[in-house]
Amino acid sequence: MTGPAIRLDDLTVAYGGHPAVHHLSGSFRPGSLTAIAGANGAGKSTLVKAIVGDLRPAGGAVLFDDLDRSAIGYLPQAAEIERRFPIDVLDTVLLGAWRRCGAFGGVSRALRAAAERALAAVRLDGFGKRPIGDLSAGQFQRVLFARLMLQDAPVILLDEPFTAVDARTTADLLAIVARWHAEGRTVIAVLHDHGQIRRHFPETLLLARQCVAWGATGEAMSPANLDRANALAERWLEDAPVCRPAVEDAA
Amino acid sequence: MSLYDLLIVPFSDYGFMRRALVACLLLGVGSGPIGVLLMLRRMSLVGDAMSHAVLPGAAIGFLAAGGYSLFAMGAGGLVAGLTVSLLSGLVTRTTVLREDASFAAFYLASLALGVLIVSAAGSSRDLLHVLFGSILAIDAASLELIALITSLSLATLAFIYRPLVVECFDPGFLRSVGGRGGLYHFLFLLLIVLNLIAAFQALGTLMAVGMMMLPAAVAQLWTRTLPAMMAVSVLTAVVSGFVGLIASYHLGFASGPTIVLVAALIYVGSLIAGPTGALSRLFRRPHLAG
Repeated sequence: MTGPAIRLDDLTVAYGGHPAVHHLSGSFRPGSLTAIAGANGAGKSTLVKAIVGDLRPAGGAVLFDDLDRSAIGYLPQAAEIERRFPIDVLDTVLLGAWRRCGAFGGVSRALRAAAERALAAVRLDGFGKRPIGDLSAGQFQRVLFARLMLQDAPVILLDEPFTAVDARTTADLLAIVARWHAEGRTVIAVLHDHGQIRRHFPETLLLARQCVAWGATGEAMSPANLDRANALAERWLEDAPVCRPAVEDAA
Repeated sequence: MSLYDLLIVPFSDYGFMRRALVACLLLGVGSGPIGVLLMLRRMSLVGDAMSHAVLPGAAIGFLAAGGYSLFAMGAGGLVAGLTVSLLSGLVTRTTVLREDASFAAFYLASLALGVLIVSAAGSSRDLLHVLFGSILAIDAASLELIALITSLSLATLAFIYRPLVVECFDPGFLRSVGGRGGLYHFLFLLLIVLNLIAAFQALGTLMAVGMMMLPAAVAQLWTRTLPAMMAVSVLTAVVSGFVGLIASYHLGFASGPTIVLVAALIYVGSLIAGPTGALSRLFRRPHLAG
């Protein structure tokens, strides 16, 4: 499997007129493993949400090569999921089969077995009947990874997948991410840990609302780029003038 | 007094008691699962607000029909309830107000408008009927409408169960797989309005939501899976209806409030005796070895 490319064409995503992602252009290569890095408020989660289709661009577009957007595997931030909802672990994992079962289709025995195998792969054998509210943060994140495994998506987007997760769980989940990469899927993860990015992610998009650097991790995460990202992220102009792209100015 | 006299005679002797009992059973079966989902979606107060929001429509139906007509009041209530839902949704999506705040604003206006319409054109007795219901006055036609709403409600809920559950606990996932969360949310609001209309004549606009929220709260105190919660909620509503009717018959109390109070008593009992209740804190339970 080789995941499709995702192209960002002059993408701007704004909240109340203020751009959280500003004139971003570039491509996530097919089968690439990319970290999105940057300070809080740099637009990382906003970009992921725009790719998934959760946020509508204020300008530009997200373009996919041979991919239906609903085929993206998406791991939202843990805070966006209602953990107290009375649903058990196996049913949560089975949601990964949504594209096969849809809103109304039945769940076959084979699918149930696949969900149990996915649970075993994230070291949660025997947890199927537990309510998700009983799980630790790390266990719950494993459940969401099992759901992604069942989704079998060619593109996987992870929004802060290792936040509040212990070292052993992180290592296990990173191994799964590496396996997805080896299988040729396009994997994009929003991360904060620079060491982790350098060790496990060959490519990095460094954001500070605009693109600071995008390419091989060693170069993108250079001290000069990180300094520039920090300086840009701290800038917030409440009375900024209306943005007029250079093309219009030239015209 | 024998057990037969206590439990059976009120229903065997009086047709209006039998109809009231069937209405309670139907309302319990329809409203129980809806209440559980409302509570899990943290929309308990939205349900309450909605029950008031149907008032102006129901009041206009009441006046147009020249008295209590569940069909006329139901149609008016449906239009008013859906209008308030849609306007609240619109305000939530286009302003900084959250859904509960926009609902609060619209339902207060609706309640005031409804009370104004009934008190201007009807008597104070009419107003009492609209506000507190008259379950003992339910006729066969009203019963058929309640049965229709309950059947429709259960069938729709069964049909949209999966997307509704996902929309409730992981809306981001549903959007990412192309699920139309807004559509299911709207269908759910429609079911709430329909069930409130069904409960309208029995419990009135002020307590119609009682058969939804109190049983749902009880269910959440006793069980931990969604199907079990729905079953316990239905059971609680049905038992509240039966016991409430018996109590109101023998004690001479108003039926609607007695039914809601019985549900409230079960709720208080569950707070004390439920698995996470006050009593459980007095006794230490043995823990497992691993």
